[in-house]
Amino acid sequence: MRKVYHRIIQMAGNVITIEADNVSYNELAEVHSASGVSLAQVIRLQDEKVFLQVFAGSRGISTGDQVRFLGRAMQVSSSENMLGRIFNGRGIPRDGRPDVNDKLIEIGGPSVNPAKRIIPKNMIRTGIPMIDVFNTLVESQKIPIFSIAGESYNALLARIALQAEVDVIILGGMGLKYDDYLYFRNTLEEKGALSRSVMFIHTASDPVVECLLVPDMSLALAEAYALEGKRVLVLLTDMTNFADAMKEIAITMEQIPSNRGYPGDLYSQLASRYEKAVDFDSAGSITILTVTTMPGDDVTHPIPDNTGYITEGQFYLRGGRIEPFGSLSRLKQNVNSNTRSDHRSIMDTMIRLYADYKETMEKQSMGFQMSKWDHKLLKYGKLFESRMMDLSVNIPLEEALDLGWKTLAECFEPAESGIKTELLNQYWPK
Amino acid sequence: MEKLSKGKIVGVNGNMLTVEFDDHVIQNEVAYAKVGDTRLKSEVIRIRGKRADLQAFESTDGLKIGDEVEFTGELLSVELGPGLLTQVFDGLQNPLNEMAEQHGFFLKRGAYLKALDYEREWDFTPIVSSGDTVIAGDWIGMVPEGIFKHYIMAPFDLHGEWQITELSPAGKYNLKTSIARIKNEKGEEREVFMAQNWPVKIPIPCYKNKLLSSENMSMQMRTIDTFFPVATGGTFCTPGPFGAGKTVLQHSMSINAKADIVIVAACGERAGEVVEILREFPKLQDPQTGRTLIDRSIIICNTSSMPVAAREASVYTAVTLAEYYRQMGLNCLLLADSTSRWAQALREMSGRLEEIPGDEAFPAYLESRIAAFYERAGLVELNNGEKGSVTIGGTVSPAGGNFEEPVTQATLKVVGAFLGLSRERSDSRRYPAIHPLDSWSHYPSVVDAGELTKARNILKRGLEVGQMMKVIGEEGTHIDDFEIYLKSEFLDYVYLQQNTFDDVDAACSPERQRYVFARVINVLDKKFHFTDKDVARSFFLELRQIFIDWNYSKFKSSEFMELEAKIMDKVKEHSNA
Repeated sequence: MRKVYHRIIQMAGNVITIEADNVSYNELAEVHSASGVSLAQVIRLQDEKVFLQVFAGSRGISTGDQVRFLGRAMQVSSSENMLGRIFNGRGIPRDGRPDVNDKLIEIGGPSVNPAKRIIPKNMIRTGIPMIDVFNTLVESQKIPIFSIAGESYNALLARIALQAEVDVIILGGMGLKYDDYLYFRNTLEEKGALSRSVMFIHTASDPVVECLLVPDMSLALAEAYALEGKRVLVLLTDMTNFADAMKEIAITMEQIPSNRGYPGDLYSQLASRYEKAVDFDSAGSITILTVTTMPGDDVTHPIPDNTGYITEGQFYLRGGRIEPFGSLSRLKQNVNSNTRSDHRSIMDTMIRLYADYKETMEKQSMGFQMSKWDHKLLKYGKLFESRMMDLSVNIPLEEALDLGWKTLAECFEPAESGIKTELLNQYWPK
Repeated sequence: MEKLSKGKIVGVNGNMLTVEFDDHVIQNEVAYAKVGDTRLKSEVIRIRGKRADLQAFESTDGLKIGDEVEFTGELLSVELGPGLLTQVFDGLQNPLNEMAEQHGFFLKRGAYLKALDYEREWDFTPIVSSGDTVIAGDWIGMVPEGIFKHYIMAPFDLHGEWQITELSPAGKYNLKTSIARIKNEKGEEREVFMAQNWPVKIPIPCYKNKLLSSENMSMQMRTIDTFFPVATGGTFCTPGPFGAGKTVLQHSMSINAKADIVIVAACGERAGEVVEILREFPKLQDPQTGRTLIDRSIIICNTSSMPVAAREASVYTAVTLAEYYRQMGLNCLLLADSTSRWAQALREMSGRLEEIPGDEAFPAYLESRIAAFYERAGLVELNNGEKGSVTIGGTVSPAGGNFEEPVTQATLKVVGAFLGLSRERSDSRRYPAIHPLDSWSHYPSVVDAGELTKARNILKRGLEVGQMMKVIGEEGTHIDDFEIYLKSEFLDYVYLQQNTFDDVDAACSPERQRYVFARVINVLDKKFHFTDKDVARSFFLELRQIFIDWNYSKFKSSEFMELEAKIMDKVKEHSNA
């Protein structure tokens, strides 16, 4: 029988301190208070003092409340029975059905040996030209949607998830509005995808610390499924809430903040989650698609900035469109050499010309005379926006490439494209 | 033999352990914390009274107050000997392929393996004879390691002269077998093995002189070799915001650099990127040697989700291996991606130690650490007169892409070349996105300095005209200025930009660079006569098209010759009779 402690000597934020011995780092404990039982996790040991982070928050806890250590770290079930179920951040069912307690595994496990990874090479088709043609999504990629509050990022996330050919979808919601939670649930249900989905939902009204568990719970489960050979897609929305929760804890622990109040290990913390994306040598894969809302639409804010250095590209969602500048898929090179021989040239040329169009737009808005070249660019830019950037366009990659050539030919002479002559001969519409 | 200290854990905070010890401890010595049967490697980083603060190289989950800690009395070291090439190590020099064989998909905590295979036999040929005197670092014998002569050297930690009393004859030996016995004046005796250990944070000092780095080390990239060259034994940095192409650039350098040995240190970056190297290098052929790239490479891989403290160790491990091969008279290139992650590891630790923070919470010693690291590069004259070198290139990932931040600034002070990547260029897909005006280099170019200045001036003037046109419009710009603008754009497209994903264009030899550059200068020098701006623009667009095709054709092939003739004809079109 493990010892029970009755004296809490300090409470600051959601962190409580007790004096106890034989406690291990990262261990879980139960705090029994008048408002019920809450889980807590050891986050620091200092001589006889033990610092615990209380998942449900410290509100209502008395200094005389019971603390009982469980002798284990946080766990999640990795069984098939998780499919079709909805849980909260701690893994407690929120769909009114019974607990799932078989095949428990610890969350936040060690990282994959790089020697056991393989180079990802399967394209995930989305039917969105801005993704398929210009920033191809690849199986086992980790990529965020950078957006701002008010954009329909969750709808985009759901659309990609439903069109992607994967075995399991795991949704981790952090600080989700209740409406958004219902939207995800209903959409998955309507499209018949709920039975191959697992949801860990932390809503904005739940205790903040639980938010921290969501990525680890989702990814631990994803890892277990991937090792069984499944292709898993993990959706995490919104990672900004996760980072803010971390900031809150760091400040209460009196850590020296590095940048705008965020802890110095923000990069490592985010990386250890994102790096769970993997294509296993002779097993399944994990693809991670997240949402990062940028406070004040500022990409240099610590959260999007650190995220950008970790992830394999990003999709910028702005004004209901995926922006061609700044959006990037770092893995596209792995797949776009095998799609069609003109894929890369179309991808680079169209964006370069669109950049020129933007410059011309600037000139035009300042009232300068437009040269012949400027007129060509203006025509091109408008066509590009309506044929490629509009999110309502839903066509396969090959069709999108053909449309690209058609657009170029409608606006330019072959030599003005800067494409290799060999390709021009093959693809330029006659 | 001194008695080794033991200690007990009195505090755990993230990866920092506070330990109360019984006897003496050494600053930076290695210690093992025991959790059950697992031993967690850690390093002493601060001592106060009877308590030492240790950074653990592993996750500290499960440690308890009172758990035992064993000190080793040794600084963090690497194993040096034949068999390092082609290997993939983590930051603490554990071979990852063997780890995978023994422990499967995941990196098992507390599992440490020998870096070298001590059973494997090597074909040893002695160079010295019994009775000769040697000093630290002298070549005693040689074993073939792939295409290289791997010299077996007298231990680097010898003081003064030692005499060889016994020497094994030529033959096959493994690394556990002593190949020589040596004795000094005081009568102390030592055995010499083919492998030795060396502490990573101390530079290997066994050379006569450091020489000035003045010879170009070609990366086979036009922007770098011509405009912002790197020198053998020099240092350079490539800062840039995310998505500007740092990694692709480094990847291309690791393939195309004219170095004997390439060491890639993936420090705190994405695992996926290392995997590309891991899987591709054994297949890619090195055009310089005809062997695969992996035969001349060592990969140190401590990616972002691997323990933070080992991230700091990884750059030191890498540079020590580079110094080791330098001692054999080889030119080594170390590519560290990214030094910012290493600096962040310092910051995390500094925060836990509750040190007074400097700029952006980085510790005050950040600058001196960065300077000391880059100073380990250099071209040296060894004691036997041979030359060897270590060239260091580090990427920097500045927060928010702002070069004013502490890591970039500290790095710029100590490097010889700055290849700044720009978001503006990468957004408009002008790769490599090295900014042609902000970047600089102190090293000599592959082309003539006078011609280079000419090209630079065109770029600069072109940018000015471009800016001006934004204000006064194209119609207000004089045709001569407009021509300069078009020339600078032309230079950008056909020379600065290079397609890493094209088989031919990916590598442009210095010889070809000189050849092509002469043609480009020829165009830049020419005074054209255009009737109006549209004519000028379409002329340059057409010329650009032929030039781009020219870049994609094999050097001196018949296609190359044909396109060159076409260029000459085209240039004549609007030129002054």
